[in-house]
Amino acid sequence: MKFIMSEGFYAFVSGPMVWVAFLVFIFGSAYRVYKIISGLKKEAVVLPYMSFKYSLRSIAHWATPFGTVNWRRHPIMTVVTFLFHFCLIVTPVFLLAHNILWLRAWHIKWWTLPEGLADFMTLLVMLCCLFFLLRRLIEREVKFVTYPSDFFILTIVFLPFFTGFLAYHQLFLPYKALIITHILFGEIMLMAIPFTRLAHMLFSVFTRAYTGSEFGMVRHARDW
Amino acid sequence: MEATSKLLEQVQPISQQSVPSSSYKEALPATPKKAGDSFDWDTRKKLIANTDEWKSKFSEVRPFNVSGDGEKIGSVVQTNEETFTVCLNGKQWEETYEKVWTLKFKNDGKAVCLVMKDNAWTVAVDGLQWKEKFDYAWNLQIALNGRDIGINIKKDDHYGVCLDDKPWTQGFADVRNLFISPDGTMSAASVAIKGLAEADIFGFQKGVWTVAVDGTPWDKNFVNVWGLAFSPDSRHVAAETRINLYDYAIVVDGILWPQTFKCVCEPRFSTKNNVIAPVKIPQGWTLAMDGKPIWKTFVQLWPPKFSPDGKKIAAVVAPDFGRWTIAVDGIPWKQTFSDTVLDPVFSPDSKRVAAIAKESKDPMNMGSSLHSIKGNDRWTIVVDGIPWEQDFDMIWDPVFSPDGSMVAAKAEINGKYCVVANGKAGKKMFDTLWSPVFSPGGDKLLIRGIQDGKYYRYVLPREEI
Amino acid sequence: MAAVAETKEVKKIIDLGLEEGAKKLTPERIEKTINNALTAMGGARLDAYVSTCIHCGLCSEACHYYLSHDGDPHFSPVGKVKQTMWEILKHKGRVSPAAIKQMAEIAYTECNLCRRCSMYCPFGIDIAYLISSVRRMCHLLGVTPQYLQDTAHSHSATMNQMWLKQDEWIDTLFWQEDDYRREIKNLTIPLDKEGADIMYSVIGPEPKFLAMLIGNAAKIMHVAGVNWTFPSFDGWDNSDMAMFSGDQEIMGRVKRAHFEAAMRLKVKRIVMGECGHAFRSVYDVGNRWFGWKMPPVPIIHAIQFYYELIKEGRLKIVKKFKEPVTLHDPCNVVRGRGLQEMARYVINAICEDFREMSPNREHNFCCAAGGGVINCGPPWKMKRMEGNRVKAEQMKATGARIVITPCHNCHSGLEDIIGYYKLGMRTKFISDILVDAIEVPEAMKVKK
Repeated sequence: MKFIMSEGFYAFVSGPMVWVAFLVFIFGSAYRVYKIISGLKKEAVVLPYMSFKYSLRSIAHWATPFGTVNWRRHPIMTVVTFLFHFCLIVTPVFLLAHNILWLRAWHIKWWTLPEGLADFMTLLVMLCCLFFLLRRLIEREVKFVTYPSDFFILTIVFLPFFTGFLAYHQLFLPYKALIITHILFGEIMLMAIPFTRLAHMLFSVFTRAYTGSEFGMVRHARDW
Repeated sequence: MEATSKLLEQVQPISQQSVPSSSYKEALPATPKKAGDSFDWDTRKKLIANTDEWKSKFSEVRPFNVSGDGEKIGSVVQTNEETFTVCLNGKQWEETYEKVWTLKFKNDGKAVCLVMKDNAWTVAVDGLQWKEKFDYAWNLQIALNGRDIGINIKKDDHYGVCLDDKPWTQGFADVRNLFISPDGTMSAASVAIKGLAEADIFGFQKGVWTVAVDGTPWDKNFVNVWGLAFSPDSRHVAAETRINLYDYAIVVDGILWPQTFKCVCEPRFSTKNNVIAPVKIPQGWTLAMDGKPIWKTFVQLWPPKFSPDGKKIAAVVAPDFGRWTIAVDGIPWKQTFSDTVLDPVFSPDSKRVAAIAKESKDPMNMGSSLHSIKGNDRWTIVVDGIPWEQDFDMIWDPVFSPDGSMVAAKAEINGKYCVVANGKAGKKMFDTLWSPVFSPGGDKLLIRGIQDGKYYRYVLPREEI
Repeated sequence: MAAVAETKEVKKIIDLGLEEGAKKLTPERIEKTINNALTAMGGARLDAYVSTCIHCGLCSEACHYYLSHDGDPHFSPVGKVKQTMWEILKHKGRVSPAAIKQMAEIAYTECNLCRRCSMYCPFGIDIAYLISSVRRMCHLLGVTPQYLQDTAHSHSATMNQMWLKQDEWIDTLFWQEDDYRREIKNLTIPLDKEGADIMYSVIGPEPKFLAMLIGNAAKIMHVAGVNWTFPSFDGWDNSDMAMFSGDQEIMGRVKRAHFEAAMRLKVKRIVMGECGHAFRSVYDVGNRWFGWKMPPVPIIHAIQFYYELIKEGRLKIVKKFKEPVTLHDPCNVVRGRGLQEMARYVINAICEDFREMSPNREHNFCCAAGGGVINCGPPWKMKRMEGNRVKAEQMKATGARIVITPCHNCHSGLEDIIGYYKLGMRTKFISDILVDAIEVPEAMKVKK
């Protein structure tokens, strides 16, 4: 605990480690995407069938809550999924505390979420994580395909929000310890994206686009 | 194997044919390979038959076919209920049959077809039946020499081949397809040496297929045998085989190449009896000669052709996925086509190559069963990498003039047919047309076609097409 | 791990192909073969799909096996991937012969590759591709269901699905021609007619068992005045079970024979009979293996052909079918080609009482016969029946007496389901009804 709260460690996680995390995230993601696309060139039968129009058509349907048959079949899951992903991305990007850091470090600024709303959204992310956890434990078809890695990535996502929430409300642990662990978990999550199944953040656009293209351009059918 | 070589040795070599036989192509209404010196090259226009009259004479007239010299036109006709015969230049054969099928012409102008009478099938040549009769006969082929006739046969539940009225002595559980040697003296086919019980997958995988040459099977069996080829000297036979479910190889006179591949296509012999075949290796398709790759790899490579002088090889290739062209000696033409390119044709002097190509503006649009989609499925001829400017609803194999300076082909425009020469569509339109034939001097073209219910034979100076 | 709190009810089915195949395996051969296969596949698509799947289970309800087994997760699409591809990847190919046999059973007999799950996966993961890849590996390992393998053998040796000899094909055409000439004057089944507009192609079972469908087609062609032909030589069969057994090389060879037949006959397009999987094999799978982005000769399914003939007045409907009918949308021409509205147009034109199934169109439940499953033969029939209770319920709810389905696999599969669940219905092809509904001009009729 002492070490965690030390100035040196704080300086490390909030300084070089941030760089490392972003670089790993950016280059890791770029590498994975590059690998897949160059691999697809070799597989030959994918890229020639990509269609911008039908990619967008498919993505638009699936990015719209209740825009597909399956979203409509699972209303709760749909609401939770969309809320979760929305809050997951919007909260950290527009959080006041993060924006201050951007301003200090790079003199750049953008729109900021009202603090109360951001706090609520953080809570939502955590509740959604809880929902996903329960789903994994209870729903037969989900439980059957759940691996330890699924709990692991859920935890990776949960922790930055959880520690951020605690830090904001200054609960349980000293603020500094919380802020350091928050930063650390945030960095871990960033770095995990390209190398865990959190990579669906990178690839889902491609998989959706390809299926949308095949269904739309080749097979003249809907894929929603 | 030994038996085969013995058999092969008995055959006297004949003058070498320029292009190895890909005999399945021969099964269609015959287009003469060589223009005969004996043809009438002087009569400019000759009315051979009023084919419309046939329609009033017979209750049914089936599609026409014409002889190589254009002097004869024939059709299978129905004389009265349930009997058929052949009508040649307006005169019907005396004999009638229960069925008549695949009318073709030999180089000597004799009409050949498959006929069934009293439930027995055989071949009839100018109305005379072969003495041999079969339970079934099909796949009538005339050898590259235009003289010898072969068919697939079934008799007493055994399958075989009959060449010039001489059936194979040995019957098989199955025989598929038929390849006649260029000199017309020998026949070969893939054969199943025994039948299998229903769903006997293990028996099949042990290998029951092989090649039989003149009815004598090779002593080695394979899982599959396809795509046979005779050597130009008619002494050797090569085939593609699958030796287990996964490994493919080329087999020559019963002896396998030592190399196996992920897949292979039909082999071809060079004039020096080297064997080449497209083979699939991990990097893609390439051309192998006697087992060793000699070209770079392509996405696809179809069976190649040797030039008449035997020095060049041309083949259809796909340099990229969904792009087709011709490669000559491994070097693809620059221009590629979206839909397909068909077998290359060499000029007689071996210097030029032409091929049919098909292009679509919007290839994803498969369109309609009854109508063409504008800009799609356009056929044309490509000569030495440069496509003709005009495209057509359909086009037939290009024909070179003897000196190679002119390329002509039969083409379809709005349901009518014309001869196209060096990219320029001829003015004469036909309801039915056969491929043009160049005179031996190359200065004239023989055009055989039906206009307004009459079959004409034209001989036109090449400039007048 | 979290693995199997659930246990699948296992009914031991003996299939010689799987049993004997697995006996010949060693762990070393399995590892080597699988890793070679993974290398040859390229792996990018596989990687993208496996990295993207978040294990959410949302694909489950897409699958008729899952629904018919009351939500047994072993039968959900992702559940099947878990038991096969994930296991293979997790162990880097080091799996036991027994495991391969189990995977083969799942991949060949519990998935119809109908692609409905792709429409339920939020990421559009092509689960049929993943299962097909498992089948490819099983083929390379020699662990394939006996009857399916036999069919693939038939394709390889005869270029048709039914071991038909060349004379048998030709004889069937002559026989159908003779039959129909008693009704229609000069009706011909033109063989090898070079330069015809259309090459008509069928699947092996038509000449083998359902020759009247060829006669039906000939009648439709003749009455509509279509310039068409059949090849007398190999290439007339458009079907392809090698595609489903995982033998891509044979699949390609069979497709090439089919397209080359069309190009050799100089036809402008191929119209094919009422078959679904064959359409898939010629339209967007088999052609690609040879580098044809789209079929080199346009391929038109019978539904579209009938639609155009009726719409353009080349066939005149004079006698509509009276009994109540419903339509089973075959996956390969509906999800695979979007022909659902044309099918409805045709059926409404020839039937008086058409009733929709629910769900329908792209969302219709699979017949459980396609994807090579029915071709796995008698050992697996009961599994197919138990795996498609939802189909029986769905058909029953329509109250129709006749189920029309323009697909051979659907046809046979639904007939089995109707029998097993005692639905008291019958299946028909569109052409069965169409031939009796059209007007045959007096001049064409044989005077008796």
